[in-house]
This record gives sequence, structure tokens and C-alpha cells, in this order.
Amino acid sequence: MRLLINKIILALSTLSALIGLGFLGWILITLFIKGLGSFHFSLFLNDLIDGGLRNLIIGQFIMAGIAGLVGIPLGMVAGIYLREYGRGRYANTIRNLSDIMMSAPSIVIGAFVYAIIVIPTGGTSGFAGAVSLAIMMLPIVINTTDNMLSLVPKELREAGIALGASKYKVIIDIVIRAAKVGIMTGILLAFARIIGETAPLLFTSETSNYFTMDLTQSFPSLTVSIYDLANEPEESSRDLAWAASFILTVLVLCINLTGRFITRNKNK
Amino acid sequence: MEKIFQKISLSSASLVFVILIGIFITLFNASKPAIDEFGFNFITDARWNEEVPLDDAKKAPASVEINLDDMDFASNDEILLDDDMLLDESGDDDILFDEEDSQTKTVYGGLIPIVGTLLTTAIALAFALPIAMGIAVFLAEIAPKNISHPVGIAIELLAAIPSIIFGMWGLYYFAPIVADLVGGYQVSLLTAGLVLGIMILPFMAAITRDSMNTTPDVLKESAYAMGATKFEVIKDIIFPYSKVGIIGSIILALGRALGETMAVAFLIGSIFSLPQAINDPTISIPVAMANNFGEASGLGESSLFYLALILFVISFGVISFAKLYFLKGAK
Repeated sequence: MRLLINKIILALSTLSALIGLGFLGWILITLFIKGLGSFHFSLFLNDLIDGGLRNLIIGQFIMAGIAGLVGIPLGMVAGIYLREYGRGRYANTIRNLSDIMMSAPSIVIGAFVYAIIVIPTGGTSGFAGAVSLAIMMLPIVINTTDNMLSLVPKELREAGIALGASKYKVIIDIVIRAAKVGIMTGILLAFARIIGETAPLLFTSETSNYFTMDLTQSFPSLTVSIYDLANEPEESSRDLAWAASFILTVLVLCINLTGRFITRNKNK
Repeated sequence: MEKIFQKISLSSASLVFVILIGIFITLFNASKPAIDEFGFNFITDARWNEEVPLDDAKKAPASVEINLDDMDFASNDEILLDDDMLLDESGDDDILFDEEDSQTKTVYGGLIPIVGTLLTTAIALAFALPIAMGIAVFLAEIAPKNISHPVGIAIELLAAIPSIIFGMWGLYYFAPIVADLVGGYQVSLLTAGLVLGIMILPFMAAITRDSMNTTPDVLKESAYAMGATKFEVIKDIIFPYSKVGIIGSIILALGRALGETMAVAFLIGSIFSLPQAINDPTISIPVAMANNFGEASGLGESSLFYLALILFVISFGVISFAKLYFLKGAK
């Protein structure tokens, strides 16, 4: 009897792993079939107004890129503070708050940016979109930096100090260098996450049918356009949405796997 | 130089604090008109964007009883659905009609999206919990290393897929199948909850696996030496040992599910009506915001900010509860 129960439970557990894999497979296969069916290289050459995706892909990268330019250095420096300088209650509070912020609803961050940027400036803009993404990215980078620095052995720091280097020199030249790979992985994963975000962009950047580099105007966004296209009645719009989803997913999974691959090579 | 670097790092860390406080204050200010107008009745009022005679406006409809267990919502299904948000441009000013009713005003109540959010999250948890536990047990205890590693990565990739993809796939491929099996609408509480469940599954499984892995081998080995089966070891040794971390992971997943927007937006149906059954369409807080924010103005916009504030406070509470009580030692 005990052995029977044991067998049943183990089988159920294996089954649930198969269910999980099944969903992943189902989604990916759907994307491949629907996405590749309407995929064409001219999608990369035309803007949305001509039935392509060029402006959307570039727009999404620009906003995520600006978010990265702001969020990565700030997040790293903040993470350094938490691990290297911060002692006691204040650092701990910040660490907890940053974890909470990481799980804060992204639509609420969108609403926040809407209130502080979109309303005062009178309209949606690429700049507002980038700010929401940067706010999303900041806690992820803080968390990664903090965790990776905690893996650097204390002896390395002591050796640096013993040679007479000042603390910030030790941090920049020794500690960061030692944790470089881990931090890079974390940043790639963070980037993969924000590039697929839709909710914080819905009413901050909105989207645009045209190619633009003007960050003060409504800015083309791949994800927001997928949402718009998928809800349109015409078959052709939905096909375009599937092609866009396919491109987005391939991008996100590639960035994600690259990140994992870097760490794995390091550990070997 | 040293001093400067230290100052910079301190101030960027404090930025987190500033942003969170900023979010709270901004949302509060923006929802102030709605808070002043509706007060706490907002939470129990099921009327959204409805014109009512002025004297009725203050009191919420009396008979809205929420019974979350059997999904039996008393009366009040006659909610007028007013898609045209432009109607309420006038904000909180009373509108004068020349006809026999003297005065009416627009009332906003948050009950429907709040109920929708809680119910979809509950369905998602009920669906994801057993499967996530199964996956975690499989990864931590059953599978040999060369299987558990790639399977673990695959499950984590499921978490990396953007939520909008889940929404589209759910709407066009998953929901029709569910609707065939259960009946009812393709866009409903049920399908939204299930897809949400699939989304939080990998997240829950990963944290649960990690806390299971912290169980010392010595404990497990002693149990095996006593003749315990694998299931008994899992049930009596690993679960009690990692209980705290597992509960923490469940609550964190719950926090995620509460605020998820895009997947739910495709599937919940986006209409302001209280669901009478599990396969009825309704709306959740994030979806109400996603769909109506752009066009809203005046009191309507302020009410959406009020909803955002409620969502922010709920998820902040849930997540900090999980962090402080269950995941303290984690990491």
C-alpha cells in the first residue's frame, strides 16, 4: 500500500512536469506555425503603416535601450551600496523595498508615469515609455548586483585593501570584476523581461504607425501594437500580430538563453 | 573620490524608496477627487459609469452581497454597460436634464473589478498550486540531474515568455477548448484564471524547488535508512522543512497574479458586470485601467487611479507580508 501510494504520487508529480512542458511546447508550436506562416523578411523593411514591423521593433529597442542606460548604472550603484556600504536597518529596508518593487504591478507603474509625465507634458511620449521601463528594470538590476556581489569572497576585498587601495577602487577594480559574469547575466535577463513588457507602455508611449526618433511624441512599440492588432477583426491584422509575437518571443528567448549560456560557460 | 562614490551609491539606493513613496503619493493625489466623492463605498459599489438621480448617488445599492465561495451574487445584474466613456466628460459636475428627472450624476464603483481581480487570482492559484508542487518535487527529488537541469530551464523559459503572448495564445487556442469542455463564454473568469495560472506556474515551481533543495541531505538519508518511501520523505521531511519557503513562494505568486494585465486583458471579456457563474465574462482592476485609461477624464480617470491605488496597496501588502514573514531567511 505504501509503495503503491508512493508510485502514484511520483507518477502524478512527473505528470505535472509534463503538463508544464506541454504548455511551453503548445505555446511555442502555435507561435511557430502561426508566426512563420505570416512571417516575411519585408516585415523588417516596412513600417506598420505599410504592413511591416520595422518601426515597431526599432521603437521597442530604443525605449528598452534608454531604460537600460538609465536603469543599469543606477541599479548597479545601488546594489553596490546595499552590499558594500550599507549596514544595518536602512540598507535592509531598501533591499526589501526593492524586492517589493520588483513584484509591483506593472500597470500601476504605467499609471504613475502617466500621472507624473504624460499629464504634465500633455501627451504620450517615447520618453515616458522609457521612464516606465527604467522603473521596472531598476529593482531587478539592484537585486542581481546585490546577490552577485555577495558571492565574491571576502578575502579578495581584504587583499585589495591590504595593498592600500581605497574602498571604491577595490569595489570597481576587484569586486565588480569578480562578479562581472553574474551581473551581466542578470542584466540580460532583466532586459529580456522589459523588452516584452506591454502594460507600462499602454498609456505612456502608446504606439505609432510611423517611424520616428522623436522621443517627445507617441512612440512605436511592438508589444502595444500586438495588443491593438490582435484585437482587430481583420484576419490580416491578426496575422501580423502573430508574426510580431513570433519575432518578439524569439528575441526574448534568445536574450534569455544567451544570459544563461554565459553563466554556464563560466561555471565549467 | 571615495566620499563622492559613497554618496552616489547611497542616493541611488534611496531612489527606490523615493520612487515607491512617489508612486503612493501620486496615486493618492490623482485619486483624491474620487476618494472625496465616493469614499470607502467605492469598494462595495457595483455601478461603474452609471447615471443615477442625484439623491440616490450617495448610497450604494443595498443588496450586493459577495459570496466568494459559491459564486452566487445576489441581484444587481442589471448593470448598464456604457462603453462610451466620452459620456462622462463632464466629470463630477451634475448634469442638468430638461426632462422630468431633475438631476443626475455619474457614479463610479470599484466592486466589479475588485471582485474580478480576486476571483481570477483565486482560480489561478487553485489551478497552479498542485501542478507547481508536482513540478518542484519532480525537479528536486525525482528526476536525475541530467533530466532535471534541462527541464528546469524549460520551465523557467515558460516564465520568460511575454504576457501578451500568453494572452493571444489563450484567446485563440486555449479558451475555445476550455469553453468546449465547460460551456459558457470563451472569454470568462475561468479562462482568464487558468491562463493566469499557467503564467505563475513556473515562478511558483522555481522558488518551491529552491527551498526544497535547502533540505539537508542528512535528514533525507536518515529517513530513507528507516525504510521510508520517497513520498514519505517528501511529505514528512522535505515539506515540513521547507514549508516556510513554499508558503512564501505561493504568496509571491499571488502578488504577481493580482497585478497581471495583458494576459487577463485578452481573456476576461472586459465588461463591467458581476459574474453569475465561473464562465461569465467580467473585468479586473488592471484590465479596467488598460482599456479605459486613455479615454477617461475627470471623475472617471480619478476613479481609475483609485483602483490603481487599491491594487498597489493590496499587492504591496501581500508581497511585504510574504517577504517579512516567510522569506526572511531566503537567499
